[in-house]
Amino acid sequence: MPANTPTQYPRRRFLQTGATVTAAATVTTTAVFQLGWTASGAWAVTDGVASGRGLTGSAFAKKVNPFIKISTDNRVTLVVGQAEMGQGISTGLAMVLADELGADWSNVAWEQAPNDLAFALPGGFQSTGGSGSQRRLMPLYRRGAASAREMLIAAAAQKWNVDEKSCRVENSFVLHGNGEKLSKLSFGALAEAAARQAVPAEPPLKDRSAFTIIGTSPKRFDVPAKTNGLAQYGIDVKLPGMKYAVVARSPIFGAQVASFDAVAARKVKGVSHVVEITSGVAVVADNTWAAMKGREVLNMKWKESGNDKVSTVSIREQFIDAAKGAATKAREVGNVAEAFAKAGDIIEAIYETPYLAHATMEPMNCTAWVRPDQCDVWAGVQAPTLAENAAVATTGLSKDKIHIHTKFLGGGFGRRSESDFVIEAVELSKQLRLPVQVLWTREDDMRHDFYRPMTYNVFKAALDDKGMPLAWQHRIVGSSILARRAPQNLRGGLDGTSTEGAATLPYNVPNFLCESVTVNTHVPVGFWRSVGSSQNAFITESFIDELAHKAGRDPFDYRRALMANNPRQRRVLELAAAQAEWSKPAPVGRFRGIAFAECFGGMVAQVVEVSVNNGTLKVHRVVCAADVGLAVHPEIVKAQMQSAIVTGLDAARYGRITIENGAVVQGNFHDYPVTRINDMPLIEVYLTVNDQPPGGVGEPGTPPLAPALCNAIFAATGKRVRSLPLSQTDLDKT
Amino acid sequence: MAITFQLNGKKQTLEVEAEMPLLWALRDVVGLTGTKYGCGMALCGACTVHVNGEPVRACVTPVATVAGKNITTIEAAVETKLGKVVREAWIEAQVPQCGYCQSGQIMSATALLSKNKKPTDADIDTAMAGNICRCGTYNAIRAAIKDAAQKLA
Repeated sequence: MPANTPTQYPRRRFLQTGATVTAAATVTTTAVFQLGWTASGAWAVTDGVASGRGLTGSAFAKKVNPFIKISTDNRVTLVVGQAEMGQGISTGLAMVLADELGADWSNVAWEQAPNDLAFALPGGFQSTGGSGSQRRLMPLYRRGAASAREMLIAAAAQKWNVDEKSCRVENSFVLHGNGEKLSKLSFGALAEAAARQAVPAEPPLKDRSAFTIIGTSPKRFDVPAKTNGLAQYGIDVKLPGMKYAVVARSPIFGAQVASFDAVAARKVKGVSHVVEITSGVAVVADNTWAAMKGREVLNMKWKESGNDKVSTVSIREQFIDAAKGAATKAREVGNVAEAFAKAGDIIEAIYETPYLAHATMEPMNCTAWVRPDQCDVWAGVQAPTLAENAAVATTGLSKDKIHIHTKFLGGGFGRRSESDFVIEAVELSKQLRLPVQVLWTREDDMRHDFYRPMTYNVFKAALDDKGMPLAWQHRIVGSSILARRAPQNLRGGLDGTSTEGAATLPYNVPNFLCESVTVNTHVPVGFWRSVGSSQNAFITESFIDELAHKAGRDPFDYRRALMANNPRQRRVLELAAAQAEWSKPAPVGRFRGIAFAECFGGMVAQVVEVSVNNGTLKVHRVVCAADVGLAVHPEIVKAQMQSAIVTGLDAARYGRITIENGAVVQGNFHDYPVTRINDMPLIEVYLTVNDQPPGGVGEPGTPPLAPALCNAIFAATGKRVRSLPLSQTDLDKT
Repeated sequence: MAITFQLNGKKQTLEVEAEMPLLWALRDVVGLTGTKYGCGMALCGACTVHVNGEPVRACVTPVATVAGKNITTIEAAVETKLGKVVREAWIEAQVPQCGYCQSGQIMSATALLSKNKKPTDADIDTAMAGNICRCGTYNAIRAAIKDAAQKLA
């Protein structure tokens, strides 16, 4: 925006229940003014003297929880309630606040908010997941910043005795007039008076064309501390008198403690306590190593459970049996039974996907300190509200006594939306009456996860006389995530997370049926980066490739033709094909595959280029096109696509959790391998430009990778991969 | 037992079990938490430190074996002339996402660049293959190493 150009703020209505102004200001040179949105929906303002940690965490801030703090030296602190797990949201939402406020980006700071519903998603839940932060919170954050801006303008207009509408905001200043008649006051100089202004009922929001920060790619706030060892993750928390603990948990999910040798464990130097808790037996020590040594000699015995003989093989047999039984319809169009009855050739296929672990780089851990009147929790958590609920249930304390200190997450991927690791630490600290950190070893983390569900899929399709799909029937057998996590969200017994990415396709098929069969086992299942779409895109996008092949059509042209009614999706597919030069032959010895998937408000198409020599696969290049609507920070979006592609590569090539004798077999990165630098492809990411609102970013890049890769393998070898991971498939042509 | 070594240029004496891995001695006893736990089996590289200038996985290195040696952790490694260049390259390329593995990545990268001023892609693969990044920042890591090498040339 050119300097001295008044910003146009078109008036938009939103619900406002009322406004209050409280507290008088005490001004010092470092006074900090908070202008914020209360959980009850009313604006409130307060003042305070900045200490090292600002006001967040104070009793008043617990009620008010401001998004924005302005200090008298004109520094603006942007408070973000979402968890930073590498997706860059601390920078992204701060950009939204700063842009709407009119702040000078070179003089802003970011702060992690505490657990407080003032930062909640629509629906009243503070949580980071489902690629939803910008998608669902941008309006709330913009409204918070716009209201603060209007109060600053009102304060300036009052001082100058001019009309508010004639004032404008630029780089943390309010301005009026031009040239010799220019009046200018900094936010810092106005903060005290602004805090006393009436709260605007309808703060106008900037027009998108007036954004100056959104859409640019400034350096992330979190990077410097992540390059010198000073970034604080949950595992790095140290408290005076803090103990370190590890927990012996049953290898077979849900089995109960029969006996253990506490005496032997206590003899280990440094071990101070051996305590039975709900999830198993905790060994508590002066350092992590001593706790691990103590656990080794516990001689744990577990009671028999009904699951001692369960294996991946037996679960698969259950799934195959269940596939023949009743199913719940997820989506139906036309009449597949009639279509199949009239059709000629019927194409059938079985597709299978394994259980997957999250294997976040930082294993689960949590530090808790429970006192009679307060409970503090330090951990990387995706859902502070759930952690708070868990702490309430474990301690019996009221919500206002629970303080969740969200640290940087060393990876989330859905795993840190669970609260099991929080409950353990809180329960242990409550028993010990000491601050305690519970660390999960890599093996603990791998063997006590909430896994991406294993699935068994039965496909049936028929083509019309032009080779286009006439009928499509897909039956998915697997376990329900929502049955445990959110049973209230089951719809007539249907778990939408099982069928997402399969029930709705971008392709026009006149007779379509997607159905779900739920078989719950003792193996816990949970949200895994891109959830149902992560496996369902592999399945549906491989099967559509099969149909294209059957029809003798080019896989890109075939998809494109079927996307006639979905122009936005089609443009993404076309962009990927164009950038990968799909219409030209691949380099000698290389073969291409293409796939498209849409989830969490993001649309992504990928072209993968591979070679397969003597059964050895090499992935050379991934071309990724994405439509995520408004890209708040385009370089972070591209980085997230890179990351999501690697997650897809991990799953497609290597990821496999198996169960034997009721327990997880894999334990560490030797038997649960992941992508390393020496098996990385080149990755190119292209974003479409449009005027849509922000869509999802963190997850949508994962689903298309596996099918694009397997479709490339088909092009190279003629071998159709219908079961993952590829490490279990012989790709040798001969 | 008392074990003495040089830690980030200063003499450090610890009263710990001889077999305690250096990782836990650094993190829990000394209180330097930049060195991360990831696997405990030298499979992921998150715990990489320099012992007499060589990259070593602290999670499988008994503290007794480093007696009398020079240990450098991420906190000090990025303060050397080479380390500062590498860190700047990491920031310029905006490498970290969750960031948890990056201490180890930078320790492996600085060890590589201290011996090899012009690493090829194959050199980078060899030096960095022991460091896992679950966010998949590998291509950015490669770019940052090449950028740092250019600046050091």
